[in-house]
Amino acid sequence: MADNKYNLIAYYPGCALEGTGSAYNTSTKAVGKALGLGLEEVKNWNCCGAMEVKNIDPKIQTYLSSRVMSIAANEMGHDVVMAPCNGCYHNLKKAEYDLTHDEGSKEVTERLSSKAGHATYQAGQVETIHALDWIKKSIGEDGIKSRVKNSLSGLKVANYYGCMYTRPRHIFPEKDKGPGTESTSAPHFMDDILDAAGADNVDFALKTACCGGAHTLSDSDTSTKLVLNILQAAEESGADVIATECPTCHTGLEMHQIRAEKRFGVKTNVKILYFTQLLGIALGLNPRKVGVHENVSKPMGMLRERRIV
Amino acid sequence: MPIHEKSLIRPENLSTHDNLTIDGVDVSGDWSTFIKARVVQDYNEDLQDEIAALPGGENIHRCWQCGSCTNACTVNALNPDFNPRLWIYLIRMGFEAELVRDKDIIWQCVSCNKCTSACPRDVVPEGVMKATAHWLELKGYTPKTPSTEFDEIFSNQVIHTGKIEDGAVLLGFFRRTGQSPFQDWVIQMGKQLAMGLPIRMLMRMGLATLFHPRTRGWDRARAAIEEYVEEQEAAHRKALGLGGSSHDPHAPRQAQPIPQAAE
Repeated sequence: MADNKYNLIAYYPGCALEGTGSAYNTSTKAVGKALGLGLEEVKNWNCCGAMEVKNIDPKIQTYLSSRVMSIAANEMGHDVVMAPCNGCYHNLKKAEYDLTHDEGSKEVTERLSSKAGHATYQAGQVETIHALDWIKKSIGEDGIKSRVKNSLSGLKVANYYGCMYTRPRHIFPEKDKGPGTESTSAPHFMDDILDAAGADNVDFALKTACCGGAHTLSDSDTSTKLVLNILQAAEESGADVIATECPTCHTGLEMHQIRAEKRFGVKTNVKILYFTQLLGIALGLNPRKVGVHENVSKPMGMLRERRIV
Repeated sequence: MPIHEKSLIRPENLSTHDNLTIDGVDVSGDWSTFIKARVVQDYNEDLQDEIAALPGGENIHRCWQCGSCTNACTVNALNPDFNPRLWIYLIRMGFEAELVRDKDIIWQCVSCNKCTSACPRDVVPEGVMKATAHWLELKGYTPKTPSTEFDEIFSNQVIHTGKIEDGAVLLGFFRRTGQSPFQDWVIQMGKQLAMGLPIRMLMRMGLATLFHPRTRGWDRARAAIEEYVEEQEAAHRKALGLGGSSHDPHAPRQAQPIPQAAE
């Protein structure tokens, strides 16, 4: 069910995609280009507040996220903003919810926007979507199937969505609306997309488990234990690779895979790739074009073994 | 026994007697374990209001004690002592001393939002955990936790420049918490990362660490946010009955200047 509305949209990469998650940025843009989808980067964007600013004050986070949406809507004339990072996506959604339901958040956003000298974002001006929604709604499974040049057949994938894509559910009013919509308890958009690209998705119980990303440095042992659960569950379900759709989860899995070995002596071999990297390879893009050389888990050997590249 | 009465059966609150006869009845040994009488005189009647005055704690009064939060909790699965439902109960009852017993673990909430999604009463337990951790610091029960240190380094950079650069946050955090950036797993991670990267990209990453990425024309936004943060800090201290100074060692949220760099 392709929808033209999503063929040219505003793109909000966020800070992580310019740093540790740069392969997600590269692969998202490469996939967009290969599929003929236009992405216009939000001009002079700022950080959404990530997982940290809300702990100083949630209303500052609402303001930061609202500024991004305000630029997309008022300076660039877009009505859809796509954020591939779960943190950014979540915060824009949360800001939309708070600006609709909480008078206090609205007041602070108005005050900070006017002092900062830009138009105040009004709830409803843009629709915030995730990269998964973008592919699913613009191209859809049938569109992917018709464009696959290099099927992922034989590659066993555990699809990992993390926390921020579905929780808390009240900030995602469009989800859980029945067939065709995303589920917050059992998300499936990434499964659908990679299935269309030929992958063999495994039954993976920890799709929405937490990787401890918020405390990846401040409470590393907790994060390592949480990541280890995810890595081991993926291996036990037979996965060659964990597909990710969030730079914090992705980096967390890579980092704590190493840390688990160093600290707890537990080695896991499952590889970690962004879903956009897998999709790009399926569309016939060179692995370098989708940044696979940047992946810390070094997946090229496994991909060759499975005759994917 | 309801969870909030568990404190009654802590070892120090139980007594048994090897040899004891009362009114001719032998009550020696474990068959007659006595629970010491409890008299609580130090309720903090304002405790719920204090938590509710801090960001995230606003909805604590809505709790019905159903336990969905603890049942869903990620950290509880690793450590059964991490119990949001119990802490919410203690706060609502004003049992400050009981709450403070768990001061060293409350900050470990990973913000996965499972509790907030599960809560039928919109208490936002995740927010209550953050408010409680903040309260423990403001009251001086704990020093700034590593989580707060990280939040501050991160938020200060966002407030100052509009953007985040991972390397600077990482190094800043290691410096402030007195850790070496040369830990075995950090080095291994760096090696594996560097292996596949072209020189051009390594240079770009290095430069980003030196010259923080910035949002153009951010000064006015920065000033507006800083002014707001100061107001909020003062309001929080007032709600907790603390002095106006934000310069004592436990006062968080003081923006640290970040070295200026060319755009």
